Amino acid sequence: MSAATPLLRVDRLTMRFGGLLAIDDLSLDVAARQITGVIGPNGAGKTTFFNCLTGFYKPTIGSVRMHHPRHGVLRLEELASHQVARRAQVVRTFQNIRLFPQMTVLENLIVAQHNALQHASRFSLAGLFGLPGYRRAEAAAMGKAIGWLTRLGLIDKADTPAGALPYGMQRRIEIARALCVDPLLLCLDEPAAGLNPRESAELNELLKRLSRDDGIAILLIEHDMSVVMNVSDHICVLNYGRKIAEGPPLAIQRDPNVIKAYLGEEDADEQLPPETTP
Amino acid sequence: MATLVLATRQESAAARLKDAATVAVVALLLGIPMIGLTTVDQGGALRVATRWPALAAFVAACFCGRLLLRYVIDRLRQRRRTREHADTATPNENTAANPWLNRLGWGALAFALLLPVAFSDNRYVVDTATTVLIYVMLGWGLNVVVGLAGLLDLGYVAFYAVGAYTYALLSTQFGWGFWQALPVAGGVTASFGILLGWPTLRLRGDYLAIVTLGFGEIIRIVLVNWTEMSGGPNGITSIPRPSFFGLPFKPPGDAPTFAAAFGLEFSPSHRVIFLYYLILLLALLTNLFVSRMRQLPIGRAWEAMREDEIACKAMGINARNVKLSAFAIGAMLGGFAGVFFAARQGFISPESFTFNESAIILAIVVLGGMGSQLGVVLASLVLVLLPELGRDFAEYRMLLFGAAMILIMIWKPGGILAHREPTLRYLSGSAAR
Amino acid sequence: MALALQQLINGLTLGAVYGLIAIGYTMVYGIIGMINFAHGDIYMVSAFIAVTAFTALSMADISSVPLSLLLVLLVAVLFTSVYGWAVERTAYRPLRGSTRLAPLISAIGMSIFLQNMVQLTQGARVKPIAPVLVGGIDLLSVDGFTVRLAYSQILIVLVTVALMAGFTYLITKTSFGRQQRSCEQDRTMTALLGINVDRTISLTFMLGAALAAVAGVMVTVYYGVVDFYIGFVAGIKAFTAAVLGGIGSLPGAMLGGLIIGLIEAFWAAYLSAEYKDVATFAILILVLMFRPSGLLGRPEVEKV
Repeated sequence: MSAATPLLRVDRLTMRFGGLLAIDDLSLDVAARQITGVIGPNGAGKTTFFNCLTGFYKPTIGSVRMHHPRHGVLRLEELASHQVARRAQVVRTFQNIRLFPQMTVLENLIVAQHNALQHASRFSLAGLFGLPGYRRAEAAAMGKAIGWLTRLGLIDKADTPAGALPYGMQRRIEIARALCVDPLLLCLDEPAAGLNPRESAELNELLKRLSRDDGIAILLIEHDMSVVMNVSDHICVLNYGRKIAEGPPLAIQRDPNVIKAYLGEEDADEQLPPETTP
Repeated sequence: MATLVLATRQESAAARLKDAATVAVVALLLGIPMIGLTTVDQGGALRVATRWPALAAFVAACFCGRLLLRYVIDRLRQRRRTREHADTATPNENTAANPWLNRLGWGALAFALLLPVAFSDNRYVVDTATTVLIYVMLGWGLNVVVGLAGLLDLGYVAFYAVGAYTYALLSTQFGWGFWQALPVAGGVTASFGILLGWPTLRLRGDYLAIVTLGFGEIIRIVLVNWTEMSGGPNGITSIPRPSFFGLPFKPPGDAPTFAAAFGLEFSPSHRVIFLYYLILLLALLTNLFVSRMRQLPIGRAWEAMREDEIACKAMGINARNVKLSAFAIGAMLGGFAGVFFAARQGFISPESFTFNESAIILAIVVLGGMGSQLGVVLASLVLVLLPELGRDFAEYRMLLFGAAMILIMIWKPGGILAHREPTLRYLSGSAAR
Repeated sequence: MALALQQLINGLTLGAVYGLIAIGYTMVYGIIGMINFAHGDIYMVSAFIAVTAFTALSMADISSVPLSLLLVLLVAVLFTSVYGWAVERTAYRPLRGSTRLAPLISAIGMSIFLQNMVQLTQGARVKPIAPVLVGGIDLLSVDGFTVRLAYSQILIVLVTVALMAGFTYLITKTSFGRQQRSCEQDRTMTALLGINVDRTISLTFMLGAALAAVAGVMVTVYYGVVDFYIGFVAGIKAFTAAVLGGIGSLPGAMLGGLIIGLIEAFWAAYLSAEYKDVATFAILILVLMFRPSGLLGRPEVEKV
């Protein structure tokens, strides 16, 4: 893939609910191996945008093209939600965490590898009789899950029901679970919401490493400016469903439109920390 | 959590009395038209009869019961509060396996294996135990759909019926044997499961429940009215009984029989005992199958679907296939139980497959604790044995079960023996399972 | 032609009854988002109360038809509302905010409980009452087939129309109606505005039960027989009506009731009386498959 071709190209996306225009003619490119932030006031249409990308909503107009290294160009808006994750490898998390609360953390991560395991279990027959092929696949799935749990510092909670863990940890589990689907593009919906400053800083580190070391593109909806400004390579600002600005973090911080629409008139400095910590 | 609603924060005796009095007034209002008054047939015309003493007893019972309940709840809450102050660390009950339950399970199995030996001369006991095991098997089958996949199926008896009629027709019309018919009937009922699942896939939980209810009724109505196929309300009679690998359970005659082959004196209880072991085998296979499925990707996907369907889709899981597989496998297990039922009774009619039967099976699953294998056994035991204890119990059985379903949902929505065992573990090294 | 007209009359009567029960399903669904499986049984309880009340009145030698109808309606509505209240209080309120499956199961439990309670206290046998409202108007006669509009049918339609009018006024114009509708939209916000949500939900259940009670009395007058099983079938049909009309929509429930009543009447007359219940279930499944929001309902957007 040449550097000029983006991983994901959103073209003139529009989503209408009855009389409400939730997304209005939005075009956006998401580059591979980069972190793209999507910010905007509450109700700007950010989560609706995610829902359109991941097949939960069918956009009224517009297209979402994914340049998949193996499957070529995929039109995400035409895929069912599970196909978006499975075929296009675009995986999301949710604003209001959606784990499988009674299942253990490890089970959550194994469920995320369902398709590979189900294939190996050959309609459950190979699994039922515990054939070696299935056992290998299961061991591999465990290995991947344990790997991510270790990296995200969750390994000692592997056997705890996910619903019994504190909020910040559940956010991390949700990211770990999404990573087990082998995403090319990871869509995170407010991953820092409810995290304390230390957890936020850890999240920053994690996101940077995921994009730089693991080559995962990240699309990030976030209100916490210390996260967005810190990690994003590129930022898109939405207001009332429209894109009002786009560019690198520093440019966004100075954009008068953004300051006016998003932050109010004067307190720009307060809410947008200009200096970024490495 | 539930007690919060059962009782608000009142602890003085006067407040308790007042609360109980309110309950008594409501009980009086509810009781007047149903308990206090009734109509009896006198010479072809109805007359009103009164039962004021019964009503008074009912109201008094409600008053005292509420008073007692309130007292107990307040006490429990107080104790819990002090306990919560004492230790802040909540014990993690969910991850620790309960050895006591495990032992109970093995004990039950040993008892089940030895039961016909111990009661070899008591046909009634073995017969009743067979009935219990049919319900156990049905409960385990429905558990796949309700307990694991979280899909409320109110028409489960339809699959039981389809299995029974499939065997009845195959054996009486085409002369098929039990073992030949069993897999075919399983396939037929699984197809019916998919047939039901298909249109209902996109539905919310409560819509699904009512559609399954309707499906159960459709099957029953068709069985009653399609006389050429099903024999209508009269059902199908003289269904062949299963034989012991081709050796029938008959008095000595021309053909070789079971008793003759083993040099035993003929006894009608041979067949009863054989049927008992047959259903025990089927039930154990069901149990093995379901517990194994639970540890496979498909089983985990069922549970994940129960927990959060949207998250499943976001993980790339095809919700439709997962739901259909739960329906198909639950239906198939119900179908197997139906085949056994038809073979054991030798006679089936639509009367055995009413909504009431679906309700009983659901009650077994719910009361036993959704997902709990042993709980299903205990609930089946109670449900089948209760009416055997006497006529009063038989009459009050469903009333008590209805009430118990409500209470369990309030008190312990997971069921009495609710305890979820993880399908795999990191620490105990089950990675190399 | 004459048969069709007769079935039109019968179907509309039946549909009015289904519509009255369907409103109870729709209102409860609107306010707490669950199906009250016990609603059909509430209707059955009210039919039994009506039987007892009619019998008592005839024993007391009250022969005025309007007076006895009025008294029975009053008694049935009062007692049945208490049942509606008690059902909500015991089986549903403690489970608010519980798992998705729990209230459904407790609703089934309540349905089983009520059915068996009535069977135990009132007997399992069919209860026939002395005819209350006999006679009717012969509309026309073709080839020896007389189209008859029974007085009881006129009564049912009139009562239903009057109730619908009153009810629409109650929901759209009164303070209770506003509270009820605001609970449907956002329960938390409604509570924050100082409205007693529990009370509103209780009242909704009582109103639904009251309408079911009217339906129960009407059916008792119309058919003259009652048994403990009527709630099950009528419940499913009324539920189908509510779904067909669009669950959550009051005019939808009435419309759905009428359509189901008509389909059932014509199906029984022209196709097969044995399979008329199958027709209802088939409609239910088809509607849910192809138009889950019903005829007059708003489509539900899945909240992600």
